[in-house]
Amino acid sequence: MHELGITQNIVAIVGEKAGEQKVSRVKLEIGKLSAIMPDAIRFCFDLCAKGTVLEGAILEIDEIPGRGKCNLCSEEMDLSLLAGTCQCGCREITCVTGQELNIKEMEVV
Amino acid sequence: MCATCGCSDDSNVKVVNLQSGQSVIVGHDHSPDHSHPHDHFHPDDHSHEHNQSHSHDHSHPDDHTHEHDHSHPHDHSHEQDHSHAQGQSHDHKSDSASEHSSKISSGSTVISLEERVLAKNDKLAERNRGWFEGSNILALNFVSSPGAGKTALLERTIKDLQTVLSISVIEGDQATLNDAERIKKTGCKVIQINTGAGCHLDAEMVSAGLKQLTPPRDSVVFIENVGNLVCPALFDLGEKCKVAILSITEGEDKPVKYPHMFRAAEILLLNKMDLLPHLDFDIESCKRFALSVNPKIKIFEISALRGNGLDAWYEWIKEQVLSPQLR
Repeated sequence: MHELGITQNIVAIVGEKAGEQKVSRVKLEIGKLSAIMPDAIRFCFDLCAKGTVLEGAILEIDEIPGRGKCNLCSEEMDLSLLAGTCQCGCREITCVTGQELNIKEMEVV
Repeated sequence: MCATCGCSDDSNVKVVNLQSGQSVIVGHDHSPDHSHPHDHFHPDDHSHEHNQSHSHDHSHPDDHTHEHDHSHPHDHSHEQDHSHAQGQSHDHKSDSASEHSSKISSGSTVISLEERVLAKNDKLAERNRGWFEGSNILALNFVSSPGAGKTALLERTIKDLQTVLSISVIEGDQATLNDAERIKKTGCKVIQINTGAGCHLDAEMVSAGLKQLTPPRDSVVFIENVGNLVCPALFDLGEKCKVAILSITEGEDKPVKYPHMFRAAEILLLNKMDLLPHLDFDIESCKRFALSVNPKIKIFEISALRGNGLDAWYEWIKEQVLSPQLR
């Protein structure tokens, strides 16, 4: 529900960093457990970029899979939800990756 | 349009001081999220000096490993050797906005940003948190769906604790002063933040609110967020912790339906327990759901209206106030 605004943030941050330069590509990193839907970001991106230095830029999104680490036995595991149970029975899992919402890089011409 | 959550908000955020009757407009500026680049600046992390060719003069201390955490997906050439002159140090890695550029043979330049989208809010939240700590103030951020009983809980808690604790309140709602008026009747200091169409409080609003509220040292500030189980989970306000309230009229699977919020909260108050005999609500299954998304969440069963279970909740608040980190 908040992807439109998140996309506006992204366009604003990148536009500010780029200054007058034309941006040809933007790379994001979005964790699969971040509550942000990449498809919704893609859908909004062209709309938000219109009329800015990002207009026409290619949007690349690296989706980061969820990984967790057991607080008890340190076993690492895939996480498809923000919760899980370790094979040792422990339910205290620290999310290691999957909650990212980062702008990795931009390419300017 | 709110630049953070997409809620259609063109109006400004308003802070109303219920004591003085004054109101202040807060620029609805979630930046760097915001689309007015002149409103703010980013010291040290601008790209302008770096985006020509890849040459740095810097040295690495003996124990320093030269770790580049950026990728260059395109073919490119570094026009100059990466020389490390003595006498300067250079950190290639930084949490938020390290920038690094490299020229690509095609003539375009890749600039590494490593910028978290919500970084500005988080920085402001840390500033609020530092201020709370320095003033020895316990700040709690109350979050729930609309109608779960946040305001009723605050009214009751204030009435029962105001003889032993100094409490003031920041109320967040899209519109109206109704909640703040209710709190004011308890005799407690309160300000209302109206977010317009915005669906959550952010750190900047709370910072503006605190300037109006002027809570005393060694006190407690309750922040009642906008009723919403989604966006408030993403926005740190600088509070010590989030307190989620779930009314048992809502259905026991709310914690797994909105896992981000229940994971972000330290405390879960199951409210309206007085209605249990009239409802088909499985308390144990609700607790299991909550613990499955957040094994550390502390759960209290209460009724803000009838007073059931409130003693344990009050004890928890007092323990926080007396805990060493607040001394």
